[in-house]
Amino acid sequence: MSQTEFRAALLNPERPAPAGLADPQGRPAGRRFDVYRNNVTVSLTEALRQAFPVIRKLVGEEFFTAMAREHLRAHPPTSPLMMHYGRDMPEFLENFPPVQHLGYLPDIARLELALRESYHAADATSVSAEALQALSPDTLMASRPTLAPSLRLIRSRWPIHAIWSANMRGTEAPKSAVAEDVLIARPDYDPEPHRLPDGAAPFIAALMQGAAVAEALEAGPEFDLTATLGLLLATRAITAVNPGDQT
Amino acid sequence: MSHSMKTLAVAGSLAAALSAHFVTPAAAQDDKEKCFGVALAGKNDCAAGPGTTCAGTSKVDYQGNAWTLVPAGTCETMELPDGRMGSLEALDRDLPQG
Repeated sequence: MSQTEFRAALLNPERPAPAGLADPQGRPAGRRFDVYRNNVTVSLTEALRQAFPVIRKLVGEEFFTAMAREHLRAHPPTSPLMMHYGRDMPEFLENFPPVQHLGYLPDIARLELALRESYHAADATSVSAEALQALSPDTLMASRPTLAPSLRLIRSRWPIHAIWSANMRGTEAPKSAVAEDVLIARPDYDPEPHRLPDGAAPFIAALMQGAAVAEALEAGPEFDLTATLGLLLATRAITAVNPGDQT
Repeated sequence: MSHSMKTLAVAGSLAAALSAHFVTPAAAQDDKEKCFGVALAGKNDCAAGPGTTCAGTSKVDYQGNAWTLVPAGTCETMELPDGRMGSLEALDRDLPQG
């Protein structure tokens, strides 16, 4: 019996138990294998249920459980870290025929994955208000702020923040398909998604890639900079302000 | 807007954001207790449980292959127009599988 054969049988209940499995009395252990196969399916389904609570609410428990089974068969874990299982879910949802009419599902899955990534990201200490106040306007423009490792940016053409909030916070469900960009921040121990001001996402994305403030401001259209900086401060997302090359 | 005016505008935004943020009492930020290993169910749990299940039966629910189920959760309460797939993020989606 090869590992490949064992694995293939594990993920396909149509297949018989791999030959060569025996119980302590030397008899074929097909039924024991069936139990093991069922436990793998049930535990991976449970991992997906915990990873995607909003997807679960959106499609319903029964549908989710059945869909999770399809997913885990097509995308078994590639890492023993169950906290990261489900990374293939957005792409899976894009191609799963029964949910093609729910165009926002893949981005909701991205949001839920990013929340979990944020939860497991490294801790960081934010810069003090005094350090920021001490910056001269020219120094500020040339500086390259370092953002917290737990920060995540999700851009979407769907109202993903409103959909998330309606399902997790009990707010009103969105009635129109407006685009929403989300910034996930974790000032303490729990990540929280915040809706970004329209047009601010290119600025944040540029800062995340190490751009200077002046460069990042050129990355996209005009946006509400005061509100955006306010969000970064309120979530303690700026961890350092590195002086740039001043002219 | 000239370069210097823009620089001043940005500095003004930062000053406004700072003053709006730090009028809130600092104490409000410091009352969080460390609570390792505890998270609200369905919120940001660390998924310690998955992989440890022992369902202990040889059969799995939903054995059938026919897809008769339809999504029946809160998606029904949203009247968002159906959209074609593919969006601004198309580049991300076309990446080869790593």
